[in-house]
Amino acid sequence: MLPVYYYLGLAIILFTIGALGVLIRRNAIVIFMSVELMLNAANLAFVAYARYWQSMNGQIFVFFIMTVAAAEVAIGLALIVTIFRTKASIDVDQISTLKG
Amino acid sequence: MLFNAANTGGFFYLVPFLVFFPVIGLLINITLGGRMGEKAIGAIACLASGLSFVIAVLLGLALLGRPEGVVVPYLNWITIGNLQLDWAFRVDTLSVTMMLVVGGVGTLIHIYAVGYMHEDVRHNDDPGRYRRFFVYFNLFIAAMMILVSANNYMMLFIGWEGVGLCSYLLIGFWYEKGKDGIGNALAGNKAFITNRIGDFGFLIASFLMFKYFQPLAANGVFSFDFDSVATIAKQVPQGVILAITLFTLLGVTGKSAQLPLYVWLPDAMAGPTPVSALIHAATMVTAGVYLIARSHAIYSLVPVAQNWVAIVGAVTALFAATIAVAQFDIKKVLAYSTISQLGFMVAAVGMGAFVAGMFHLVMHAFFKALLFLSSGSVIQGIERGEHLVEHDPTLHKRMKHEGHFDPQDMRNMGGLRHKMKTTFWVYLVGALALAGIVPLAGFWSKDEILAEASTLNPAIYWLLIIAAFFTAFYMGRQIFMVFFGDPRSEPAAQAKESPAVMTIPLIILALLSIVGGFLNFPTLHTFTTWLEHTIQVVAEGATGGEAVAGGFNIVVAILSTVLALGAITIAWYLYMRRSQDMLKLPLNKRADDPLRPILGPIFTLLENKYWVDELYGYLVIKPYQWLSKFLAEKVDWDFWHDFFHDTILAGGFNGATRLLSGPVDLGIIDGIANFLGDGFKELAAQMRKLQTGFVRNYALSIFIGVVFIIGYLIIRLG
Amino acid sequence: MTLQMLLFLVLALVAIASALGMLISRNAIYSALFLVLNFATVAVFFLLLNAPFIAVAQVSVYTGAIMVLFLFVIMLLGAERAGQIQAIQWQRPLAITLAVILLLEAGYILLGQRGVIPPTTAQIPEGFGSPAQVGTDLFKSYLLPFEITSVLLLVAMVGAIVLTKGEKK
Repeated sequence: MLPVYYYLGLAIILFTIGALGVLIRRNAIVIFMSVELMLNAANLAFVAYARYWQSMNGQIFVFFIMTVAAAEVAIGLALIVTIFRTKASIDVDQISTLKG
Repeated sequence: MLFNAANTGGFFYLVPFLVFFPVIGLLINITLGGRMGEKAIGAIACLASGLSFVIAVLLGLALLGRPEGVVVPYLNWITIGNLQLDWAFRVDTLSVTMMLVVGGVGTLIHIYAVGYMHEDVRHNDDPGRYRRFFVYFNLFIAAMMILVSANNYMMLFIGWEGVGLCSYLLIGFWYEKGKDGIGNALAGNKAFITNRIGDFGFLIASFLMFKYFQPLAANGVFSFDFDSVATIAKQVPQGVILAITLFTLLGVTGKSAQLPLYVWLPDAMAGPTPVSALIHAATMVTAGVYLIARSHAIYSLVPVAQNWVAIVGAVTALFAATIAVAQFDIKKVLAYSTISQLGFMVAAVGMGAFVAGMFHLVMHAFFKALLFLSSGSVIQGIERGEHLVEHDPTLHKRMKHEGHFDPQDMRNMGGLRHKMKTTFWVYLVGALALAGIVPLAGFWSKDEILAEASTLNPAIYWLLIIAAFFTAFYMGRQIFMVFFGDPRSEPAAQAKESPAVMTIPLIILALLSIVGGFLNFPTLHTFTTWLEHTIQVVAEGATGGEAVAGGFNIVVAILSTVLALGAITIAWYLYMRRSQDMLKLPLNKRADDPLRPILGPIFTLLENKYWVDELYGYLVIKPYQWLSKFLAEKVDWDFWHDFFHDTILAGGFNGATRLLSGPVDLGIIDGIANFLGDGFKELAAQMRKLQTGFVRNYALSIFIGVVFIIGYLIIRLG
Repeated sequence: MTLQMLLFLVLALVAIASALGMLISRNAIYSALFLVLNFATVAVFFLLLNAPFIAVAQVSVYTGAIMVLFLFVIMLLGAERAGQIQAIQWQRPLAITLAVILLLEAGYILLGQRGVIPPTTAQIPEGFGSPAQVGTDLFKSYLLPFEITSVLLLVAMVGAIVLTKGEKK
């Protein structure tokens, strides 16, 4: 295997791109997808270190992350659908009535 | 306290009761008088006064065994530094004489007053005031006893002030009556204030005494008592003694109604008649004479002062006698007569004839009290007549309605000797005694004074003899106007005699006036020897031994008797014959007094008392009232109250509070508080802008945090 | 440049490119598809890292289930439309700036670490990352989390149904 920081660097880049996606895009679904990308980047980091330390814990953890991400996606999309029903739009900038 | 006196033995230890019996009497009347009847109140007051007289008699008896006199210490009053004042009683022949007069005459007048006041309070519609009269009367006896029994000048002064107070209270007894509803109160004021001027003199004399006598006193402690004053006075410079004696003379002119402070005595007649008799004839006014007699030790050191005293006395005697000639109020005549007779006494003690002066004091007490009480009887008789006339229609029609009927005006009297027999006879005795007709009391005493004057001071003698002439004249005038002739008004025609409770004291006093003269009968001289134990009788320029003791000069005696009889004859002619003739004239041309056409303007001058009161008012009272009004209105109200208090103090204070509450409190403090509040509101408004409502912004803020934390960790952990 | 390195670089580039494509793409469907490619690439990485089970799970769960779900919702909601005018102007520049800073920070850390971390050994235990191994660990050491996760999934299912059904009265 390559030195671990290669994988780590890649993970960071993917994570940053995901973060940018959350911050820049206005489409709720795309934001959600960016969140998945971030989670995925974390998964990559975990697996890389699992291989480095030769411990299964990292992979088990990834397993759980995936499970939770799946559950989260299910709920999240259900929420988006519900919001779409009232707002007829999935532009997050329009959900801003709680302003100060 | 009481029992130190027992060491002196005999009845002397009873002397405090002289004062205490009247005090107990007045306390009983004050506390229980409301529940007792008039009779009980009167009885207690007379008993208190009577017991005081009994004590005086016992003291006199005790003195017979010990004639040099005794000082009975009682209690220590003030001890401060160089001053030691004790309340000690002095029982010697001079003070016992005064005690006997005050006690005896006082008790008789108390008895008379029981009857007189009974009618008077009903005449003035206030029966409840009966008790107050006797309380004040007993208070007077107590104060007068303090005065005459004092052993030092300060205790004497306490009694002096006490009698002055009682005089004020009793003159203004009917305080809501009199001219314009306050006449009696104003008369009381006049008496008190004029006496105060005299008291000022007395006090200055005392202060001088203390300043100059105290360094020479034993142990440097001065106690004002008569004995030490007599011994120390010889070492003090003459000028000081002269000043002391002259200031004391000022006090005497106030209390004993001499020139120039006599003006209160005629006005004091506003009080009820027993008051006039007791206070303003027999006792209080004689306190001045007593004072000079008591101070004989210092007066005999300064012949100049003695001369002044004699001149004041003699001039007053003549002056007052002339005024009495033209007075119409029965009591005013007697008042001016009192002033005149006091002048005789003051002149006597001024010349150094202390015995003569004191003798006349005692005699005068008898017949002057008699005259005043009888005049009271006359006045009440007229008032009874007036009462009858008011309630009887037929009589009422006959009465002439010319304004207010004055029962004291002699022009409304006349022919009373038929209606009021007892009163007439006693009045006649008193009048003759005053005029100095032998063998009544006044003759002996007045004659002794004239005899002394003829040898010691001829100028004084001539003044006094002329005054004696006028005395006889005005008394004759009074007798003829009141008791002889026809009644000049309806009430006089219906007058009734007074009850026994009033006439019996009158009879007793009349008897005393008849036999009293034998107290100091020439060749017997009992009174002289009696007094000599206390007063070393000194008379400068005495010609012989007999003159010292007040000898009997036959020439003087005959001259004075002839003058007196002559005066009475002239009075008879004028007031019996001439007035009969005058009745023939029509009413509007008829003068009210036969003297008026004869003397003309002089009569008006005398009738208006030489306008002395008006003169005093113009010179003294008006400027004083102007000054007090000025001080009260301009200085006190306008300047002090309005300007200083209201404008400066109150205004300043209000201005300060306005400043503090307005600009300071509202402006500055509220400003700071509001500033803080507004500042926070601004801050909050700015901070609110963070809550944009966009989810992406919140996510951005998290991201910012993450970046910075990682950056911080990098920097810190390298 | 070994084979491994070359392989890694290629795959990395693909991953990054697909991620960027997802980011930039205006069309939501295109974004979803780019993401699918990204997931697939990451699955290959997993394989390279001796995590075969995870790799397959990635493909089947993530790309197969999750992304399909995404595509369903996108198509359901008709979200192909392009976004309107930006409401907050300063958001995008600021975010990009911050991302760059973060990358720089990360780069600084990584490059600093280069000499510190010892290289990995080539040898790994037999059956590392195999399904048997994963299953054994799951049921032995991580039983509780496993069961809880099943509850979680139940909740998610129920929740999703409740949320989408809630409109009917």
